[in-house]
Amino acid sequence: MKIVHSWLQEVVPVGDDVDAIADAITHLGLAVEEVRRVGSTVPGVVTARVVRTERHPDAAKVHRVWVDTGDGVERHVWCGAFNMAAGDVIPLATPGTLMPDGRAIEPKPILSIPSQGMLCSARELGLGDDHSGILILPAGTPLGVPYGEALGLGEEVVYDIDVLRNRPDAYGHVGVARDVAAHFGLPLAERPKPPVATAAHRSAPVEIVAGDRCPRFTTVVLSGVQVGPSPEWMVRRLAAAGMRSINNVVDVSNYVMLETNQPNHAYDLDTLGGGGFRIRMAAEGETIITLDDVERTLTADDLLICDATDRPIGIAGIMGGQNTEISDATTVVALETAWFESSAILRTVARMGLRSEASARFERGVDPFGIESSIGRFVELLSLTCPHLQLHEGMVDARTAHLPGVTQITVRPARVGALLGTTFTAGRIAELVGSIGFGCEVSDDGSLRVTVPTWRPDCTLEIDIVEEVARLHGYGALGRTVPKSTVPGGLSPVQHRRRRLRQVLLGLGISEAMPHPFLTEGDLARAGLPGDAVRLVNPLVVGDDVLRTSLRPGMLKAVEFNQSHRRTGVSMFEVGHAYPPGSGELPDEYEALCVVLAGRDATAAVEVWRELASAMGWGARVDQGTVPAGLHPTRSATLSLGRDVVGAVGEVHPDVLDEYGVAERVAVLELNLSLLLASEPKVPQWKATSRFPSSDLDLAFSVPHTVTAEKVEKAIRQGAGNVLVDLALFDVYRGAGVAADARSLAYRLRLQALDRTLTDADVAAVREKVVAAVGKLGAALRG
Amino acid sequence: MIEEVRTAADAAVARLAAVSTLADAQALETEVLGKRGPFTEMKTRLGGLATVEEKKAAGQALNEATQRVAAAVQQRVAELKRAERAVQLEAERLDLTEVLSRPERGHAHIVTQAWERLEDVFVGLGFQVAEGPEVETDWYNFEALNMPPSHPARSMHDTFYVDHGAPGSTVLRTHTSPVQIRVMQTIEPPIYMVMPGRVFRNETTDATHLAVFHQIEGLVIDRGITLADLAGTIEAFTKAFFGEGFSSRLRPSYFPFTEPSAEFDIRTPAGNWLELGGCGMVHPNVLRAGGLDPEEWSGFAFGFGIDRMAKERHAVGDVRDMYTNDIRFVEQF
Repeated sequence: MKIVHSWLQEVVPVGDDVDAIADAITHLGLAVEEVRRVGSTVPGVVTARVVRTERHPDAAKVHRVWVDTGDGVERHVWCGAFNMAAGDVIPLATPGTLMPDGRAIEPKPILSIPSQGMLCSARELGLGDDHSGILILPAGTPLGVPYGEALGLGEEVVYDIDVLRNRPDAYGHVGVARDVAAHFGLPLAERPKPPVATAAHRSAPVEIVAGDRCPRFTTVVLSGVQVGPSPEWMVRRLAAAGMRSINNVVDVSNYVMLETNQPNHAYDLDTLGGGGFRIRMAAEGETIITLDDVERTLTADDLLICDATDRPIGIAGIMGGQNTEISDATTVVALETAWFESSAILRTVARMGLRSEASARFERGVDPFGIESSIGRFVELLSLTCPHLQLHEGMVDARTAHLPGVTQITVRPARVGALLGTTFTAGRIAELVGSIGFGCEVSDDGSLRVTVPTWRPDCTLEIDIVEEVARLHGYGALGRTVPKSTVPGGLSPVQHRRRRLRQVLLGLGISEAMPHPFLTEGDLARAGLPGDAVRLVNPLVVGDDVLRTSLRPGMLKAVEFNQSHRRTGVSMFEVGHAYPPGSGELPDEYEALCVVLAGRDATAAVEVWRELASAMGWGARVDQGTVPAGLHPTRSATLSLGRDVVGAVGEVHPDVLDEYGVAERVAVLELNLSLLLASEPKVPQWKATSRFPSSDLDLAFSVPHTVTAEKVEKAIRQGAGNVLVDLALFDVYRGAGVAADARSLAYRLRLQALDRTLTDADVAAVREKVVAAVGKLGAALRG
Repeated sequence: MIEEVRTAADAAVARLAAVSTLADAQALETEVLGKRGPFTEMKTRLGGLATVEEKKAAGQALNEATQRVAAAVQQRVAELKRAERAVQLEAERLDLTEVLSRPERGHAHIVTQAWERLEDVFVGLGFQVAEGPEVETDWYNFEALNMPPSHPARSMHDTFYVDHGAPGSTVLRTHTSPVQIRVMQTIEPPIYMVMPGRVFRNETTDATHLAVFHQIEGLVIDRGITLADLAGTIEAFTKAFFGEGFSSRLRPSYFPFTEPSAEFDIRTPAGNWLELGGCGMVHPNVLRAGGLDPEEWSGFAFGFGIDRMAKERHAVGDVRDMYTNDIRFVEQF
């Protein structure tokens, strides 16, 4: 909302300290986003007389103009507009002038002939929208003076205010002025009285069919209207507030709305069929051409204003129709001032995408009882340009039972104190909210009976009054205390574990990625994953509507992106949510980890898994018999814990890599963190370390491919018993000397007893048992 | 014989001085002081000497000579060891600016870094940390937060709707505030909780706006909590997170889920005010939705963006860069 300083001043004598006023408005909760000076003249633009013009044979779009700024010196200017003649006075921007649009005027040559400035249109000077030609100033305008001085232009200061939902009244200058007056302790100007009729009875009758949607609709008839221009001060203020001047009737209509926050609509009474109004719901598919020359199709939920013959003449509260528009010939006006139900206006606005100054006010809430005063103001202002204006007897005030009444709220001073940390008495509270028009009476029990002014429909609860008290007292004046927390601060066990997980991964040299959680149609299939997913109803980008069921597609995209930027071999992880479909109230959202190691094979992912499992105290079965979707069929495994699948480890399927255009192997580890982080890990328990010497034993076995290394290790551990303190696979060999269906696995066993030095006989006995145990698997000791 | 002993000792010491390697020195030691050395041989001849005095004098001379030679050997060995080590050390000289490979270090995402720093500061102020789902019901995201279906403030949120359950019943949460309700439903007050998380807004992204970003939300519910407590907590956070030179202020504002509501701004040491986030006293309707009696409990809530903290700290020119997963970006931090 643009609040014009001079306009505000007319309602409250607030002085000229613009910064202090802006600061006060901001601290009243109406954030001033910008203070602008509009209509100010552009320094460097002076009046000049056209001496002569001339076409240049090589320049089709511009001509040459010689001007005189009163000193008798002819200055040459190139100009693209042709609407001036010798003798016209025009505004000349001299070289060095900085135009409002940011352009600097330079002596830029055309065809090597320099231009000593620029002739300006009205729009270029910020004087309106006219850009059809150069602004021709009145004949007799003195030459060589700033054009603003010649035109009597005045600057307006505008506060651009972000009005929030709880302050519908601040969409009018009076609403803002009321707060400012209370803040500075200044008097607010008297509001205009309801108008006094001066002419014979003449009515525009009203029939309300949709009483719930249109609880109040008033009309008055004004004759003696002469359509013409508005006073210069009104044009200037409207322009400063962001509205273009149309004619005196439309301008007064807008001016009253911007001042009082009460929208209204002026109809040419002679164009109203039957000379009256009928307010009804639209028929589904009914159409109307609105003032902006657009044909609108309506639904049965839209409210129409029709004339007495039931012809639609406006979409209620939003925009009038073209057919009853004020014209130059209008002499009798029917003025509508009404009150519409706000949420329905919002629905129609949202459906049509048609928002107007009027609808913005109605959808937030207008004062249902400010109508008389706004009509008074309308008559007062229109009289300025229509000396023969007459208001006829016979105002129609149609109301239905749906018109809201006056709200009263009980406010307990103790409650105010409990929420604000203050000790305000009922009297102090009454003083604060009374300053902006809230009525207060003290009840016998010490509470306040607060009557909410009808321009503040947002206030319905005690807490709303508490906020008004805080706002008017000033948030900064309420003091600062720090509550004593009686609970111990800290991260939850899951959060601690998640941090540890991240630290381990970072320590392994893996960096953190954060891919987008939305996938494009086909992304899951490309990654070799099942396509069943939850969709967005209204995606930002058409097609980007799949909620990821796995982090893998995003991570593969990251690998592809980096590879395409000549960064192969990246190692990245993501900790994030995936949202597979579910049958519950919400999708089966869970937290997942995905690690991708580009340029590495499956064993690298297994190593990461082992490190994590060791650091986090996890255990899981590595089940190579079940290949996770999208992974390499002979180099991947499912990780399971009991009956739960907790992850997958291995390599991305080469088909998937081809789909992504990734030329290197990608090792991958995926874990369900919702499951894994939830369980309390075992705390490592102390094992005694021996003081006696250890012996190493190297054993290589020829192991059939059908037997996993895991099984061999298990057999070794069983055979060796508790003297085995360390076991490492140090060589894997396939080829000559080993059967074609087997490979050689070489292990180093470190043997050590807690209570003695092992003898050669002890070691030999262990060796014998280990070889026997491994032999049962069909593996033979190699010689 | 005494003369013979002295001559042998002198010869050994002289030869030792000429030795240039450790091995030669050790060989010489064996040759001279070993079982077949001259001193051992002379010792066998002691018994053949005529008088006790002679035997005594010669024995003493032999002892002194072997001790002298042994000391000379020890000294020479030490010298040669030092020299050999010196040669070795020089041969091992490295140019420490020749670095062929760098060790791999993982880089945490800057949003995670900001997220964890914020958590740590709030933990220090006595807060716990809660989380909630990113796909939410309309009830938790709006209705429980005092935004019933027709509430105009819903239009302030550009909501992504999710095709799950009844039409319009499921959304991507537009803020972390639904976690407030979940916390109130599961934890008995007093509640001192921050709730970081990912949020979603259906708005076009640009250099400063993202459709998917992160917020942290704070919630305090206890007996007798006031607006002054909110102002004091914001100030304590400002100083703890940004530094002692920073301060804060509250300005009246409007949010459906808090009343009174405020924006909070922070003042930099240079004197500039920056808008940081929104806050306010928890609205009585929100407390009721969380199953709490507003006459018994009161509280405040606040919230602000995490991504912006990361962006400002590292002077990131375009927030979209934070989510391309370009390793050249990730490795900078």
